[in-house]
Amino acid sequence: MSDDPFIRTPATGPVTPELQDRLEKIWETEPGLFGWLGTVDHKTIGIRYLVTAFVFLLLGGLEALAMRIQLSGADLNVLTPEQYNELFSLHGITMIFLYALPVLSGFSNYMFPLLLGSRDMAFPRLNAFSYWVYLASGLFIYSSFLAGALPNNGWFNFAPYSLREYNPGMNMDFYALGMIFLGISTTVGSINFVITLLRTRAPGMSLNRLPIMVWGTTTVSIGNLLALPAVTVAFFMLWMDRTFGTHFFDVSGGGKPLLWQHLFWIFAHPWVYVIVLPAMGIVSDGLPVFARQPLVGYTLVVLGTITTMMLGFGVWVHHMFVTGISTMSLSFFSGASFIITIPSAVAVFSWIATIWLGRPVITTAFLYFASFIVMFVIGGVSGVVTASAAADLQLHGTYFVVAHIHYVLIGINLFGVLGGLYLWFPKMTGRMMGEGLGKAAFWVTFFGFNLAFLPMHWTGLLGMPRRIYTYPEGAGWTTVNVISTVGSFILAAGLAMVALNVVQGLRRGRAAGENPWDAPTLEWAIPSPPPPYNFAVIPVIASRHPLWEERLDEGTGRSSLYHGLLLDRGKETILTTMLDAEPDKIAKMPEDSLWPLITTIVLTFGFSGMLFQMWWLTGLSVAALLGCILLWLWPQRSLEQTARPTHE
Amino acid sequence: MPMPDMSWPDERSVSHVRDSFSLISLRPPRPILALSAGAAGLAAGPAQARPPMWFFDNYGAQGRQLEGITWGLLLLSVAVVAIITLLVAVGLVLRARRGGALRDDRDAVRRRDETGAMTAIYFGLGLTTAVLIAFTVWTMDTLANVRVPPAEPAFTIEVTGRQWWWQVRYIDPQNPERDFQTANEIHVPVGRPVKLLLKSDDVIHTFWVPALGGKTDMIPGQTNTAWLLADKPGIYRGQCNEYCGLQHANMAFRVFADPPAEFDAWWEAQRQPAPEPRSPLTSAGQDVFVKNCGVCHTVRGTIEKAQYGPDLTHLAARSTLGAGIIPNNEGYLSGWISNPQGIKPGVKMPAIPLSGSDFTALRAYLATLE
Repeated sequence: MSDDPFIRTPATGPVTPELQDRLEKIWETEPGLFGWLGTVDHKTIGIRYLVTAFVFLLLGGLEALAMRIQLSGADLNVLTPEQYNELFSLHGITMIFLYALPVLSGFSNYMFPLLLGSRDMAFPRLNAFSYWVYLASGLFIYSSFLAGALPNNGWFNFAPYSLREYNPGMNMDFYALGMIFLGISTTVGSINFVITLLRTRAPGMSLNRLPIMVWGTTTVSIGNLLALPAVTVAFFMLWMDRTFGTHFFDVSGGGKPLLWQHLFWIFAHPWVYVIVLPAMGIVSDGLPVFARQPLVGYTLVVLGTITTMMLGFGVWVHHMFVTGISTMSLSFFSGASFIITIPSAVAVFSWIATIWLGRPVITTAFLYFASFIVMFVIGGVSGVVTASAAADLQLHGTYFVVAHIHYVLIGINLFGVLGGLYLWFPKMTGRMMGEGLGKAAFWVTFFGFNLAFLPMHWTGLLGMPRRIYTYPEGAGWTTVNVISTVGSFILAAGLAMVALNVVQGLRRGRAAGENPWDAPTLEWAIPSPPPPYNFAVIPVIASRHPLWEERLDEGTGRSSLYHGLLLDRGKETILTTMLDAEPDKIAKMPEDSLWPLITTIVLTFGFSGMLFQMWWLTGLSVAALLGCILLWLWPQRSLEQTARPTHE
Repeated sequence: MPMPDMSWPDERSVSHVRDSFSLISLRPPRPILALSAGAAGLAAGPAQARPPMWFFDNYGAQGRQLEGITWGLLLLSVAVVAIITLLVAVGLVLRARRGGALRDDRDAVRRRDETGAMTAIYFGLGLTTAVLIAFTVWTMDTLANVRVPPAEPAFTIEVTGRQWWWQVRYIDPQNPERDFQTANEIHVPVGRPVKLLLKSDDVIHTFWVPALGGKTDMIPGQTNTAWLLADKPGIYRGQCNEYCGLQHANMAFRVFADPPAEFDAWWEAQRQPAPEPRSPLTSAGQDVFVKNCGVCHTVRGTIEKAQYGPDLTHLAARSTLGAGIIPNNEGYLSGWISNPQGIKPGVKMPAIPLSGSDFTALRAYLATLE
């Protein structure tokens, strides 16, 4: 023992009702408006992420249905060309940026501390901030509706059509600034995931005992930190070109339109893996629960996850195969794009082996996970087809690629997400979702999705280009488009049934109990829904499957789930070492705070000033932002950032 | 004025198009096309048997080179999806357990020997890697084969993408006198390779004639090169394949593959200036044209160097209007002049109010631009 007042040896003990009461008082969010706006509870933030992402999914889906109606026949005039172009742009932006990653961040935010045996994320206020910025940037982009100037150049936003000369409205300014704004959320969120994984795992949870979903999220968070600067810079340069007449992309001033494509795809190709690897992680963790068998080939799958992300940075040029680059480049990036299939194949083989070795119980969640394997392979092989620069010379920019991206985004993201929803809904709400309606909803969704998008490969082979608002009768694309439109409405009906299933579960679902699925991981060792402090005592982990230890008998000892560090002297959790997760420090966790929200509001004003070129507003916001940061970071006694609190 | 519909240009209504050619396949379509066309309801009639943008059974030397690898990859894809689906389905049939809450099913979780499963995974990975390497090599080989045409092209066509039409310039490297400009319809000699210089004057477009070969972007500030070699006489549809703004959907063009003698005659005709009007009506029409249309449109011999819109010197020799979207006949031409925005909303061509007599004269004049 040291005399240093900042050093103490924390007490250990069992879970007792008194302890739970004490922790409840320490950790609960204050009721009322302040608590609602100021909460830093990762579970609340996670659910907010999920709800917001699903709202954006709904909006993006409605946009898609409008487009599907317009395309359901030749020469239709349901939408004007301008409306169609704006809708397909907003649909892509919504689904790719405002739904696909945020929904995974929602699960990760909710689950990370539960999976890791911690009481909150490493930086709770930053976590709240990343949600508020996500919400604000989403609203920022959607506020273009009010200005009647929606983004109209696709999510890919190629220059020079994005420049003021060809696109004089504010459409592109909304998108450019909105993306820079959203990038702040993604960046701080990624930092939070990485540090949470590295430092807040329960003692004993060494890196080889992590759930795959944690690996997936952490891997893509590091990927984000490396990829985001490229696109942030690109959008900033675009905004400069548009606002101040710089010439980064403008040919008349010596700029290069292809520079945009390089910067954008260096970000956007890794992004594809960013929005699928955590979903693959959900499947890798969820499938074994119902297969009654630990994931076969855990280590290979982890390595595959990391390798995919790394290789994901070396294939961006396959989006640019027809830009006139040299045959040497085509060959190199073709080869790289083929090779990236190998680590993905690992996961597929591993899932199949898990099914074959286990004794699967077919629940709704399992249906999503098992069908995910097939959807994953369809999305994968169509990617392999276009990885060949030779085949891509014809297929590039056709509906074949549209089919591919939807198998990736719906098949490999949404199906994993819905499986995760059915898996974790009982944990999040304490109630079960109805299995009957759940399975019916699954089959409708599955059928509708495949009806909409499987024939779309064929539409591509018939030569239909992407992003056209209409087509002539003689092109021979009518029938396949009618099929896709019908399928898209069935898909929408299936998702509506899922929503109904959620509402019914919330209202009338059976009580779930701690562990309704008899699942192996840590989140199932605590009540459903979890108390504000998550774990009454910090558990000690001895294996990858703490709740299956007795039956698996892996010979690594037994985890201690109900006897451990009490850490009940204030808002505390344990920090452990990076590799072996040995106890290292007691972390003092912050109380609820309004600064994340206020900082977000200030940022919103700042970006609005840039949008309307009201520089005084931006200037004021920057000054206010500095003030916010100062007050946010002002040392607090409760965090032991100044003197030792007198009450202890 | 009756409004023309925006249907696909009807071949039969275009008088000067030869009967022998159409977008129809000259070879019997492959079974898979017939099958799927039937399934997709495309087999409405013989004229519909071959979708114009279908790129298999290719008529171009380059397009044919790309077919093998594309078919190979598609078949591989179908096989892989079938195998994986089967593995999942059989696994479920063999291993799934009925009923019971998972909580009552605790004994199903137990330690199992994973050696066999791991062997299967490694075997699968080995096989995947081998197949992927084979396809990488096949891709590289194909790319090397399509890089240059089989013979040195005798002349060059410079195509410039414009919002939303195609400016076309023929360049004879031996004799600059023979160069000329046209728009939206490209003629090439059958069996002779043609070099393409692809440019853009505004935003990015993509030059693509699927029935003849692969696509290449047209990017402002750079010149991309490509080549075409048509094997069979015919008309082939091309369409812009990179989103380029409001009317990206209606930026099409046609490639006419002519027998060499006909092609040479066409070139000779095209490089001539427009004929002088021979009647008072067409002469009046020329005046209307110069006053109203000459700011944007060139008619060589009358208005030079107006580059904003398509060169109309031999407009009447073209089969379509509005960048390949409507047939070029009297009705459509009248509709196009009087209400271009109604046919192609957002097109850069404004509707210019003309009196009835001016309109008739203009139309008569345009009809002389053979």
